[in-house]
Amino acid sequence: MDEIQDFQQKVRDAAASGTTLSIRGNATRAFIGRAATGEPLSVAGYRGIIDYSPSELVISVRAGTRLADVEDALARENQMLAFEPPAFGPTATLGGTVAAGLSGPRRPWSGAVRDFVLGINCINGQGDYLRFGGQVMKNVAGYDLSRTLTGSLGTLAILLDIHLKVLPRPETELTLRQACSEADAIERCNRWSGRPVPLTAACYSDDHLVVRLSGTERGVEDAAGKLGGERFPADTPFWQELKEHTLPFFSGDRPLWRLSLPPATAPLVLGGTQLVDWGGAQRWLRSELPADRLRDSVAAAGGHATLFRGGDRSADVFHPLAPAVLALHRRLKSAFDPHAVLNPGRMYAGL
Amino acid sequence: MADKPIIAVLLERLPERCVLHDAEDLRPYECDGLSAYRSMPLAVVIPENVEQARLALQLCAQHAVPVVARGAGTGLSGGALPLADGISLSMARFNRILDIDVANRVARVQPGVTNLSISTAAEPHGLYYAPDPSSQIACSIGGNVAENAGGVHCLKYGLTTHNIQALEILTMDGEHMTIGSAALDAPGFDLLALLTGSEGLLGVITEVTVKLLPRPETAQVVLAAFASVDAAGAAVTAVIASGIIPAGLELLDRPAIHAVEQFIDAGYPADATAILLCELDGSSVDVGVQIEHVNRVFRDAGATELKVSQNEAERQRFWAGRKSAFPAMGRLSPDYYCMDGTIPRKHLARVLNRIETLSDEYGLPICNVFHAGDGNLHPLILYDANRPGELERAEELGGLILETCVAVGGTITGEHGVGMEKINQMCVQFNTAELEQFHRVKDAFDPAGLLNPGKAIPTLHRCAEFGAMHVHEGQLPHPELERF
Ligand SMILES: Cc1cc2nc3c(=O)[nH]c(=O)nc-3n(C[C@H](O)[C@H](O)[C@H](O)COP(=O)(O)OP(=O)(O)OC[C@H]3O[C@@H](n4cnc5c(N)ncnc54)[C@H](O)[C@@H]3O)c2cc1C
Repeated sequence: MDEIQDFQQKVRDAAASGTTLSIRGNATRAFIGRAATGEPLSVAGYRGIIDYSPSELVISVRAGTRLADVEDALARENQMLAFEPPAFGPTATLGGTVAAGLSGPRRPWSGAVRDFVLGINCINGQGDYLRFGGQVMKNVAGYDLSRTLTGSLGTLAILLDIHLKVLPRPETELTLRQACSEADAIERCNRWSGRPVPLTAACYSDDHLVVRLSGTERGVEDAAGKLGGERFPADTPFWQELKEHTLPFFSGDRPLWRLSLPPATAPLVLGGTQLVDWGGAQRWLRSELPADRLRDSVAAAGGHATLFRGGDRSADVFHPLAPAVLALHRRLKSAFDPHAVLNPGRMYAGL
Repeated sequence: MADKPIIAVLLERLPERCVLHDAEDLRPYECDGLSAYRSMPLAVVIPENVEQARLALQLCAQHAVPVVARGAGTGLSGGALPLADGISLSMARFNRILDIDVANRVARVQPGVTNLSISTAAEPHGLYYAPDPSSQIACSIGGNVAENAGGVHCLKYGLTTHNIQALEILTMDGEHMTIGSAALDAPGFDLLALLTGSEGLLGVITEVTVKLLPRPETAQVVLAAFASVDAAGAAVTAVIASGIIPAGLELLDRPAIHAVEQFIDAGYPADATAILLCELDGSSVDVGVQIEHVNRVFRDAGATELKVSQNEAERQRFWAGRKSAFPAMGRLSPDYYCMDGTIPRKHLARVLNRIETLSDEYGLPICNVFHAGDGNLHPLILYDANRPGELERAEELGGLILETCVAVGGTITGEHGVGMEKINQMCVQFNTAELEQFHRVKDAFDPAGLLNPGKAIPTLHRCAEFGAMHVHEGQLPHPELERF
C-alpha cells in the first residue's frame, strides 16, 4: 500500500471508529491555535521535492519536506519563497508552513502564503484523495480550494502535495534605520508604500524604524539616497530574527498577541509593549490584558487579534467570528470533514 | 408575463423600476459576452441597495426560483447566461465608489463599478487598481471577483484574488456578511479566496474592498520579432529564467499580427512569425537596467528585430495592436470563439503546434494572442455561425484544445471561468470525488442550489452523459498512443 493510501485508510478508520486525528509535521507550530487533541498523525515522513523547474517559477513539494530543504533548493537557483515564512525551528515542514498560513516581513509588498499557493493535493475527512489547482499560474476551474485550505490549520484536509509559485531573489537588498516616534514610523511606511519605493520590509522597534529595500543595485541605491538613514551591514540578521521571533522583544513568557490592523492605524495604546511590523499592518503585543478588552479595541480599529503564544489555549485563540460567518465555517467544516476527524477544535471550538 | 407568480411577487414588494419583465426589456440580458448561448430569464431585477437585493433573493428562495447574478455581462463563458426558469439579478445600479482610503491604499466600491473607473478615481492619489482585463472599460469589479479576472499585467501584479481585501456578500437566504477584513488578513478560513472565482454560485457580492498600488514611475515596452513561434516561446522562458518578472509578456502569432496590422498601424514587423511584447515598469533607474537585460536575452534567443518604446505614445501604440486584436479579428471573420487554457510555459511550443494541426484538420483558422508569461493561451477560432454546423465544429475544436491543455498538466480556464461553456471539460479535469467536494462546498453556502445552478460545476450525471475521460495529472489512459 503506498503512503497516500495509507493516510486515506487512517482517516477512514478514524471516521469509522469515531476517533479524531491530530495532524502534524514536526510540531514546530504546535503552539499555534487551540490545544491539539486526537491521535497524532504525522505527515513528516511524506517528504521530497517532486518537481522544480526554475524557469517555470513553480516548485512542487511533499508536505513533510523541511522548509529549510525547500529554501536551499530555491537558493541554489537564486529563487525564493517570496512570502518569507517563519520556520520556528530547523525541522519545520512545508505542510505545516502552508497549513498555518504565516508569512514573514515581506508579506505586505509581496503577498501572503495563500498568494503563492497554486495547487494542493490533499485528503479530506472522508479519506478522499483530491487535487485542486495545479502547477500553472492562472487557474479558475472549480472553486479555489487550494487557497481555501491554506491557513486552515489542518481542520479541513490533510495537505500532501503542494505546488507553489516562487520568485527570483532580488539583485540586492539594503536595510536602513531611522530614529523616530511610532506615529512617525507608521506614517512614513504608509506614505512610502503609496509611492514607487522598493520597500520589502518595515518594522518599528526600540524607537527606530527599520526598513528594507530590494531591487537592482542602482534602484536600491537611488531609493536609499532619497529615504536616508543609517545603513545596516548587508548580512544583518535583523529580518531573520524578526521573522523567527528571536529578537529580545519575543523572549519571556508574557502572552504574545498578534494584532492584524489596517496598516495606517495610529499607534494603539493598550496595556503592554508593542513591536510594529509590516509597516503597521501586523503588531505584536506582550500583554496580560483580558482577551475581550483587547479584542474590542483592535476590532474598533478594523482589525483582529490572535493569542499567538502563551495564555489560555483552551479559550478562543483566534478572533471570534460573526455568528453568520461562524455558522458558515461549521457548514464548510462538515463539507470537508463530516465526521469531525481532522484537528477538531484547533481553530475554533466545535470546528 | 406578469401572470407568473414570482414576477407578481417581485412587483408587489419592489419598486416597479427595479423589475423588468417585458420580452423587449429582457432582450439585452439574454446573453453575456459568449453570445452563441442565449436564454431569456423570467425577469430581471435591478436592485438599488442591499435591502432590495436581499429581498429579491429571499423572495426567490421562498418560491424556489433560481437567481443568476449579473455584472456588465462581458463574461466569456456564459456565467451570466440567464436561466429560462430564473431571475437575473443585475448589479448595475451598485455603481458607486464609496471610499478611497489613501493612507491604507484601499478603495471600497460597489460591485457594479467598472474596473477602469477605480483606477481613474485613484489616479489623483498616484494609485491604481492593478488587474487590467482587456474589457476593463466595461466589465464590473463584481464580475471580476466572481471570475477572478486577470489581465496583461497579472504576470507581475497578480490576479483579482491577489488584489482584493474584503467583500460584502448576500447568501441566497439573504444573510449579509463580511468576508476578509480591513486588515491584510482575517480570522478563520480564507473565504475571500473561496468567493473569488466562484462564478456567482456561492453568494452575491454587494461590496468590494480592493487594494491600490502606487503607479510605477515609468513603463517601457520591448517589441521583439521572431522567425518562429517556438523561438518566441523559448524567449519567454529565457526572460523568466534570467530572474526578471516583466509587468507583462504577451505573444502574437502571424495570423494575429496580420489581422492587427490591417486594422491599425501598431508598428509590428509584418514579416515576423511571432512577436513578443515585454513591458518593464518601476523606477526609471530600474527600468533602464531591465530593458538592457531583456534586450540581451531576446537577442540571444534569436530575435530578428528589437524595438524599445521611446516615449509614452510609442508604448501606447505597441499596446494598441495587442488591445485591438479582438476587434481586428471581428473584421476578418463573422464570428470568433475565444479559448482560455493555461499550460506550464515549457509546453508552449508543443501545444501551439498541436493547435495548428487541429486548425488544419477542422478547416477553421486560429490565431493566437495571449498572456505568454503566464502560459495563459487565448486561441481565437474563426468561424461563421451562418454556415450550418460550423459553430458546432468550432466548439468541438475548442474542446480538443482544452483537453490538450489538461493533458500537459494545465487547466481548461485561466481567467474566463467555466460558466456554461466549459462545463463538460470540467469532467475531464476533475474526478468524481473532486466534483463531489465542490458540490458540498456549494451546499454549505446555498443548500437549495438556487444561485446560478448548472454553471461552473457539472453534475456527476452530466459527466456520465458527456462520457468524459478523466485525465489524471496529465496521464491519459494508453499513454503509448500518439495524441499530438
Ligand atoms: C473583449 C473582451 C475582453 C476580455 N478580456 C479579459 C481579460 O483580459 N481578462 C479576463 O480575465 N477576462 C476578460 N474578459 C472576460 C470578462 O470581461 C471578465 O470575465 C469579467 O470579469 C466579467 O465581468 P462582468 O461584470 O461583465 O461580469 P458578468 O459577465 O456579468 O458575470 C460574470 C460572472 O460573474 C457573476 N457575477 C457578476 N456580478 C456578480 C456579483 N455582484 N456577485 C456575484 N456574482 C456576480 C455572474 O453570475 C457570472 O457568473 C473579456 C471579455 C471581453 C468581452
